[in-house]
Amino acid sequence: MPIPPRRMPSTLMPNDRRGVLALIGGAAAFSLAPIRGWSLDANQARALIDTALGEVYRVINSGQQPAQMYRDFEAIFARYADVDVIARSALGPAARQADPRALAAYTQAFQGYIGRKYGKRFREFVGSKIEVTGARPLKSFYAVTSVAYLNGRAPMEVEWHVSNKSGRDKFFNIIIEGVNMLASERAEIAAMLTARRGDLAALTADLQASG
Amino acid sequence: MPRLSLFASLALGLILAGCASEPVMQDGIRVNDPYEAQNRRVHAFNKGLDRTVIAPVSNLVSSGEKAPGQTGAMDLVINAGSNLSLPGKVVNSVLQGRPEPAIKNFFRFAVNTTLGMGGLLDPAGKDFGLPEQDTDFGETLAVWGVPEGAYLELPVLGPSTQRDAVGKVVDLAIDPLYHLLHRDGAWAAFGLRVASKAGERARFGDTVDSVLQGSADSYAQVRLIYLMHRRHELNQGGAEIDPYADTAAQDAIDPYAE
Repeated sequence: MPIPPRRMPSTLMPNDRRGVLALIGGAAAFSLAPIRGWSLDANQARALIDTALGEVYRVINSGQQPAQMYRDFEAIFARYADVDVIARSALGPAARQADPRALAAYTQAFQGYIGRKYGKRFREFVGSKIEVTGARPLKSFYAVTSVAYLNGRAPMEVEWHVSNKSGRDKFFNIIIEGVNMLASERAEIAAMLTARRGDLAALTADLQASG
Repeated sequence: MPRLSLFASLALGLILAGCASEPVMQDGIRVNDPYEAQNRRVHAFNKGLDRTVIAPVSNLVSSGEKAPGQTGAMDLVINAGSNLSLPGKVVNSVLQGRPEPAIKNFFRFAVNTTLGMGGLLDPAGKDFGLPEQDTDFGETLAVWGVPEGAYLELPVLGPSTQRDAVGKVVDLAIDPLYHLLHRDGAWAAFGLRVASKAGERARFGDTVDSVLQGSADSYAQVRLIYLMHRRHELNQGGAEIDPYADTAAQDAIDPYAE
């Protein structure tokens, strides 16, 4: 009796696709396994942003006084963002020469400034929603994508960059329709520092009064 | 508008005349701004205009505004003006070889002009899932491979680049609406589009104010925001900033380099 020709295992016919996917999946899982212990994964990055957004919306919809809201936003920023690295990056090369105590004071003032500045913008988000749509590895960190649906506006793409290099999962940048928070704060802090002729203590005092 | 073509070629020549400078990396993005001194003068003018004329007028208009979710007079003007921009966007999508946005905007225009009472309402976006597909001749030039050119701040119109400034002029010249309408109709349509832009300015007033009047260097902020947003729109976005890698590089001291 003639034996029906068997497909060569090396030819990838559609029926084999599932097997190949399982193989690739297995290989990926295997190669990632040793990293698992200390590396952040897409789900964790996504969960971080989901949780942070949940807290932001609780404040937005709380109907509190603006000053209280800004304090709450600042607390959320401190909890979920890597404030040290954002503040340092915004300060640029001047951060290298700064005395640690002055840098700490600047970082504290920067945190309050961000809470007020972005808090004012968040107030426009009443009645809106942001949906987290995905997460992907990017360079040495993760990019979490989301879409903001605001009243009367076309949906906006908002991307969050998340890293665990600080020792904990934190986000360090927000990109709204291509507009990058770190880049924009670098320009702003550089301009404020120039206005004070490079005096970090004066910049810190200015930050406490602005935003 | 036959004069437009003359104006267009003049403006094109002026804008493209002489500009070869090295772009620099600034705050993590590429900036090519050889006309900074001139641009800053225009920026000071625009900022003054915004503070003394545009912001008070738009506050006045939006102070008579309604509860959120309700359609106010300003929404009608914004809708009608942006509806009139659709034929030009269809032309640009065709020139870019992108049939899908061209077809979507064509049907959006058809639905809103008829069911939406001449574009005052937006049933295409609300009920038919046809939001506006934004484009312009600046994007068409980008698709054709024309480089961005130098950064420009235009009087009244605000931030732009050489490529986008040329795009704005060409958009006026190729808009089918202005060719189909009689002179008075064309001016009326143009007026409505300007009013619509002013309405959008009023709607996003707080954000604009915070950048223009609240920044230590509003010129640099506007330039940065415009370039980042525009490159994102044209899928020519810049590189991501990795502050952890930056810090490492900054902290590494190379005694031989000193």
